[in-house]
Order: sequence, then structure tokens, then C-alpha cells
Amino acid sequence: MAEFFAMGGYATYVWPAYIATILTLSVAVVMSLRAHAKARENVRRLELEIGEGDKQA
Amino acid sequence: MAVTMTRITVLANPKRFLDYSSTLLPWTGGLAFLLLAVGFYWALFATPPDYQQGQTVKMMFVHVPAAWMGIFVYSLIAGASLGSLVFRHPLSDVAAKSAAPLGAAFTALALFTGSMWGRPMWGTYWQWGDARLVSELILLFIYLGYIALWNAVDDPNRAAKAAAILALVGAADIPIIHFSVEWWNTLHQGPSVTRGAIDPSFLWPLGIIALGYTVLFLWLWLLRMRTEVFDRRARTLMLAKGA
Repeated sequence: MAEFFAMGGYATYVWPAYIATILTLSVAVVMSLRAHAKARENVRRLELEIGEGDKQA
Repeated sequence: MAVTMTRITVLANPKRFLDYSSTLLPWTGGLAFLLLAVGFYWALFATPPDYQQGQTVKMMFVHVPAAWMGIFVYSLIAGASLGSLVFRHPLSDVAAKSAAPLGAAFTALALFTGSMWGRPMWGTYWQWGDARLVSELILLFIYLGYIALWNAVDDPNRAAKAAAILALVGAADIPIIHFSVEWWNTLHQGPSVTRGAIDPSFLWPLGIIALGYTVLFLWLWLLRMRTEVFDRRARTLMLAKGA
């Protein structure tokens, strides 16, 4: 296991590359999901508030 | 009445898009997670060290697909921008705008993972004289400028037009990135994958991660496009409420 983490002496380059990748992609996922949920909720609330005008469409 | 008209003309297509995309979301999200879990496991645990690069080859599995994605996403943005300018399809500038932060993220990752590989293999993190490195950095700047332009112009129609023009001008960088390794003989090596100069034991995890990135992008792209459609609808509703 220690050998695996050592990455043949290149641990200081390999692991930052992987950590940056996983971190960046995770942040992209979380931000996109949050913004989506918030925007959808916002529209739902506005449609409820307007209500009547919407039914005619 | 004003609300009804706006909805029919502007949101006719986006409405259908919302229906289709909602069925696609769980599938693309699940598949992206699965592919990336398999790809990362394979790359880290089941590939041998390279005979020349040793374990630094591990970085190739996250670097090369990220660089591909940066170019692929930009091409989509340029295509959508052309569609926005020529056909004025209401979803094309939504598509272009929503893709940009994702393309920028992949491009930044390509630059970072590349410099992590460059230090032990080339002896330097960065080389200003290398055409591939510099043209890739310019791609990141084009992405950031494109995103900034969208944020700087308040009126969505004007922002869309300006951003589309910027995207098309910036597209000139794409062939430069692609051919840089052939036109200029500098640090960055030429393509190994398309030349068939890569061992199958490396090609499999590389391909799976590349596919995983693509599906992940599609999932997040759909999510972000839906977010943008919702935001625009909210703006219309707010206007109607105020009137």
C-alpha cells in the first residue's frame, strides 16, 4: 500500500493531479445541482404566486 | 395576456427541452458516475508503470481527456453560437452559455495536470516557448473572457450576440492547439492515441475516463441549460407580476 502511494517516487506530482481533478469535477457537480434546484424552486414559487394567469395558457 | 404571448413565442422550445432533459438527467448522471469510478480505479490500480515515464503515466489518464474536453466543449460553444447568430434558435445561446464554465474547468485541469507531469518529465512546470502550452492557456483565457462577457451585459439578447461573436473569433485558437505539436517542434509531444502508439493496457482506462468525462459533461450541461431556462422563465414571470 505504501508503495502504491509512493507512485514510484512521483507521488508529489501524481496525487495533486488526481486530487485537483476529483475536486474540480465534484465542485462542478455540486454547484450545478444546487443552482438547478434553486432555479426550479424559484419558478415553481413564481408560478404559484401568479397562478390564475398561468391557467389560461 | 402579455405573459401568455411571451410564453408561446419564447418558451415553446425550451418547454419541450425541459420535458426531454428531465428523463435524461438520472441516466446521464448515473452513467457518468459509473464510468468515472471504473475509469479511475482502472487507471490507478490496474495499469503498469510506463517503460519510459514510470508512474507519471498515471497523470496521462486525467490529462489527455481533460484537454480533449476543453476543445470539444469549445467546438460545441462555437457551433451553438453560429446557430444563435444565424437561426436565432432560443436554446442555442442557452446551450453555449451553459457549456462555458464546464469547458473552462476541463481546460484548467488539462493545464494543471500537464504541468504536474511536465515537472518530472521535462524538468519544468511551464514553458512560454511551447506553442501547445501557450495556445491551451489562451483557450482558458477565451473561456474566461466569454463567461465575463455574459456577466457584463445585462440584456440577455445583447449579451448573447456579443458572446456569440467572441466565441466565433476565439474558435481560431482550436486548430492552433490541435496542430501546434506538428507545426512547431517544442516540448509537448505529438498525439499518441490517434497514431496507435499507445499500449492497449493504457488505452482502455484512458477511453473509459474520456467517455466518463463526456457523459459527465452532458449531464452537467443539461442541468445548467435547465437552470438557465428556469432563470429566464423566472425573469419573464417577474416582469409579468410587476406589470
